[in-house]
Amino acid sequence: MDEARLHALRHRHLIGLEDFSREEIRLILDTADSFKEVIRRPIRKVPALRGKNVVNLFFESSTRTRLSFELAEKQLSADTLNFASTGSSVSKGETLGDTARNIEAMQVDCVVVRHSAAGVPFFLSQCLSNAVVINAGDGAHEHPTQGLLDLLTMRDALGDLEGLKVALIGDVAHSRVARSNIWGLQKMGAKVAVCGPPTLIPVDIEAMGVEACHRLEDALRDADVVYALRIQLERQQEAFFPSQREYTRLFGIDPERLELARPGAIVMHPGPINRGVELDSRVADSGRSVILDQVTNGVAVRMAVLYLLNGGGERDAA
Amino acid sequence: MRPDGRVTGGRVTSGDAELSVVRNGHIVDPASGRDEIGDLWFRDGRIIDRPSDDEAKGASVVDAAGRLVLPGLVDMHTHLCEPGYEYRETLESGAAAAAAGGVTGVACMPDTEPDLDDAPAVRFVRERAAGVPVHVYPIAAVTAGRAGERLTEIGELADAGAVALSDAERTVRNPAILRRALEYARMFDLPIIAHCEDPSLSAGGLMHEGSHATRLGLKGIPSIAEETIAARDIMLAEWTGGRLHLTHVSTAVTVGLVRSAKQRGVRVTADVSPPHLVLTDEALSSYDTHLKVNPPLRTRADVEALREGLADGTIDAVASDHTPRSVDEKNTEFQEALPGAAGLETMLSVVYTELIAPGLLTWNDAVRRMSTAPSGILGTEGGSLASGSPADFILFHPDGTWTVDPASFRSRSGNTPFAGRVLKGGVTMTVVAGRVVYRCDDPESS
Repeated sequence: MDEARLHALRHRHLIGLEDFSREEIRLILDTADSFKEVIRRPIRKVPALRGKNVVNLFFESSTRTRLSFELAEKQLSADTLNFASTGSSVSKGETLGDTARNIEAMQVDCVVVRHSAAGVPFFLSQCLSNAVVINAGDGAHEHPTQGLLDLLTMRDALGDLEGLKVALIGDVAHSRVARSNIWGLQKMGAKVAVCGPPTLIPVDIEAMGVEACHRLEDALRDADVVYALRIQLERQQEAFFPSQREYTRLFGIDPERLELARPGAIVMHPGPINRGVELDSRVADSGRSVILDQVTNGVAVRMAVLYLLNGGGERDAA
Repeated sequence: MRPDGRVTGGRVTSGDAELSVVRNGHIVDPASGRDEIGDLWFRDGRIIDRPSDDEAKGASVVDAAGRLVLPGLVDMHTHLCEPGYEYRETLESGAAAAAAGGVTGVACMPDTEPDLDDAPAVRFVRERAAGVPVHVYPIAAVTAGRAGERLTEIGELADAGAVALSDAERTVRNPAILRRALEYARMFDLPIIAHCEDPSLSAGGLMHEGSHATRLGLKGIPSIAEETIAARDIMLAEWTGGRLHLTHVSTAVTVGLVRSAKQRGVRVTADVSPPHLVLTDEALSSYDTHLKVNPPLRTRADVEALREGLADGTIDAVASDHTPRSVDEKNTEFQEALPGAAGLETMLSVVYTELIAPGLLTWNDAVRRMSTAPSGILGTEGGSLASGSPADFILFHPDGTWTVDPASFRSRSGNTPFAGRVLKGGVTMTVVAGRVVYRCDDPESS
């Protein structure tokens, strides 16, 4: 298939993969591939973002995503600032709009934002006239850089994404990782099945183009990728499932169940893993697991996104 | 832009007692059966029959050619925020907004601070509202502090001037309390206005639960949160013989519940708000907090069912659910933003543009739903241009268009989901008890 190759992204911000085209996603993945080479060097630093400043605004606690972004920024020679605070603008006593205006007033080039409320990165992108906004996870909406690093990891392990069958297992309802994967994978031609108890599969998920099922066996059959989502144990209290024991009995991925998937199928997880709950340790630590590759690729993908959105390549006229 | 209306506070005539006539307008008044080009006579704040030719000579005249002459709208569901939330709205500003929207009577919800749950609070609103340009009808709380536990002193509230009982945006959770309220209120013939929402089913919800909530990652409010309570309340009304009014119904199933209840003879009525007749959950893709209302905007199928229910009379009334919110209460994260939309100033033009002009609702039925029926449900004067009725009427210019601009609102709050929308037709004059309380140039011709 002869597809137009892009040299720059059409979007100014990265809010979600729902908005991004196949060509844009491919450009990010290809760019990430070249940054992987940088990461392997003894001196892992390029001057691409020298003189640019990036603020990491984390309104929700995060360890790996924040570290991954910070590493990506530093390896691109950007000046980085971190701001971490949990809670809503109401509890902080400053409105989100004021936070945005303050950022703008400081002449910030790029804002990486994580927030527990869906829509905050979009809100900021509407308020900020100069800075680039990168969504590092907003509520249950999207986590686009996670989606991209997952795509890159699948491409590394399995080659072309076209025609792959990916099974997303677990708490799809509360998962921004699931939504970004659903958009990204389908744009690249993969098929997505989601599986979990009906309480954790959001209504009308089929409208996003995926197949939904409630029997793990159905989801695993012929899957090229078995993607276990993190289950939040607090969900028991809200009656989404009766107990951890029953969840694991019905949806936990163990070596026997993994046999139902295609030979050569890979196992993924966004981390942190609840070992023995959604993933049996024998699976998480097996040769099928690419979970640590996901982490490594996270840095490369974030370097690519930061680079492309901050003037890397030429901004497409369209 | 809507031309800047001049509220003259003056009179059509030089004195209330003077004989006046609105000439050559298209009078639509289902209460008196008029739907014709004709004249409307009034004197001493009341509509009168055409006087003798001799007497008529001295009358002052308002030319209404090309205008509709309608009974003033009666809005069953508004939040006027006074006392307690004057930064959002006052009785004065809310009444000015009503007048600009062609609303001559507004019922205001008791979710003030303090709540309107005792006679002094109701009298306070009555007294404060005595000087404002439209009629204000307080709705008193069903339970003390709207806490759902203890009945208010309904008899005293009725004497103080409460026209209905409601705990506003709180469902009376305990069915035994609601049963007693429906039974007890029968003595005073007051309707209980119910907001139907099971808080355990809607907890944490931000928008309609459906494909768009799923896509946007926003927690949903399922339709059944409304429907289970609507069904329960209707059964309680049927059991007790009390009067129940379901306000701002939002789902197709609720419309069906009301329809079948009416067929069984249950004393139930219902209203719908303009946003629910026009907008759907799909619009929330922009995370625009002005689209966050309670109950939430539902699906296209729900909108169709609401329109059908309004047209066939299952839904008795259109009410604005005017809920003023400050800029800061809206300009924030979607999940933190307070729900609600200001609606008094756009209600009639939205209904005209979306339902009347396309032929989905006749003017006659529109007047029934926005004036005659709500006035009847609340037991107030008005809703009629028959001789002897108060001279509460409006002139509406059906041609031309205007663009909704919150900055031009008379309301203290501009939180409208219709900002920037081009609407057809506009109110050009509002008259309450024979006094002009709002006057505006014609909308721009299109």
